[in-house]
Amino acid sequence: MKRKCDFCDSEAVVHEITLAGGKKIEKHLCEMHAMEEGFEAEGGGASGFLTSKIVLAAGQKQPAGKPGKREGCSDCGTTFDEFRKTGLLGCSNCYEAFEEQLGPLLQRAHDGATHHVGKIPSRAGSSVDRQQRLTALRRQLSDAVEAEQYERAATLRDEIITTEQDAGLRRGTAASEGEV
Amino acid sequence: MVRDGCSQWLEADGPEKDVVVSSRVRLARNLAGYPFVHKARADEREQIIEVVRGVLNGIGGDIGTGSRESGGGVEWVDLCELPKLERGLLVERHLISKQHSKGSQPRGVAVSSSDESLSIMVNEEDHLRIQVLQPGIALDNALEEIGRVDDHIEAQLDIAYSPRFGYLTACPTNVGTGLRVSAMLHLPGLRLSGEIEKVRKAAKAMNIAVRGFYGEGSDVAGDFYQLSNQVTLGKSEQDILGSFAGQFLPDIVEYERSARRSMLDSRRLVVEDQVFRALGTLTHARQLKADEVLDLLSYLRFGVCTGVIDMPLDVVGKLVLLTQPSHLQRLCGARLDQAERRVERACLVRKTLSEAGV
Repeated sequence: MKRKCDFCDSEAVVHEITLAGGKKIEKHLCEMHAMEEGFEAEGGGASGFLTSKIVLAAGQKQPAGKPGKREGCSDCGTTFDEFRKTGLLGCSNCYEAFEEQLGPLLQRAHDGATHHVGKIPSRAGSSVDRQQRLTALRRQLSDAVEAEQYERAATLRDEIITTEQDAGLRRGTAASEGEV
Repeated sequence: MVRDGCSQWLEADGPEKDVVVSSRVRLARNLAGYPFVHKARADEREQIIEVVRGVLNGIGGDIGTGSRESGGGVEWVDLCELPKLERGLLVERHLISKQHSKGSQPRGVAVSSSDESLSIMVNEEDHLRIQVLQPGIALDNALEEIGRVDDHIEAQLDIAYSPRFGYLTACPTNVGTGLRVSAMLHLPGLRLSGEIEKVRKAAKAMNIAVRGFYGEGSDVAGDFYQLSNQVTLGKSEQDILGSFAGQFLPDIVEYERSARRSMLDSRRLVVEDQVFRALGTLTHARQLKADEVLDLLSYLRFGVCTGVIDMPLDVVGKLVLLTQPSHLQRLCGARLDQAERRVERACLVRKTLSEAGV
């Protein structure tokens, strides 16, 4: 017998079991109510819910910066469920965002190894700094554009261009890029 | 752009060629500051191509020869512009993956023009997939060459890297060194003597993957097996190479040779019968299927390597490549359907073997 949605008579396609303080809270939702409750459809469309899935959540608040299963990487939005489905992470930051979940998986895939041994890129230190700076600047730029703060956006854009030039990701000068 | 005939590196003589057809090393690399390929928008993929193309100068001339005087450098191929048949040629030459040959998103490959031993796929699963191919066992040399290319690129570009995880890749099975070392082996002796399962088990115990003729997801054809390391994290490049090429590979080569010797000692007539039946079919058939020709050429290769048939080994190597669908059509200068390909394939094999005096 198929389980019905908690809110209507439709068939539930998302099942979430949360354990909080030793208490089990169950949610069974149809496609529409799952979307209303903020569950992400896999693959981006509503049809992504066609396969039933059970989400086991810990119930506690996730530590800052570490996304939960439904919460995505702060840079690219990839969720851990999405990674499990495709086998691919979305960006460099995913390694940090899902560090805890990836640990055991990497150990299994790499004969127990947990840390890199071997070549280090010659620009490694500054590269990691620049990578983080670029991510932050791009986020600020998108906020500024949304808030219609065009002067601030122009300044941020120039900073991004300079940082990209330092990273070897761009040639030419900021001045030649035109207005925002 | 793809040269006629076959890749020059394939024509060269390589060490242990009786068992090891070719060696390959590849590095997976991503540019810092961009999402991985499958999450990148079309404009970001275009930018990645532009950035990579900007650093390609100075690469390629020294690959495989140790000298820049050989010239050439790398040639850029936009795979969105390249006709399907030409993309097929690149797949058959192992210069791009099947996955990379398909799709409409911005992607390309840089190939060393001198001998096609180096290829750099851009926007495959990772932003960069750099690979060096060499004939026979030549993994030390290949690793040295690929290191030079990698140094050249990362001296100019920020590469995605973390102190804990090393080089960051879209799939965590490549993270760390991003290095895959592999060898294409011809193992008819072990297959015919029923020992191939032991090789698979030994490989599994040593975290070595056994794949088919076209790598990941492909079937074994003509007793050609591609073996490669699976662990990329927690071991240095030299350790990865050492446990594969220094330990595992020589054992398998010796195992195959001993299987061939013992078959010839105990069942020479059976071996000769199989080899000459294959030769008979190859020299007389009027239609040959693609997988059938690989199986027959495998017997022929076996016969040449064991001295049962006297003919140059590189003729067999060339036929393995030239009888594949895209190469065959290129050679005929026309698009052919499956039935036509079978006829042309048989014709090419008969002609080539007759010219080789067989």
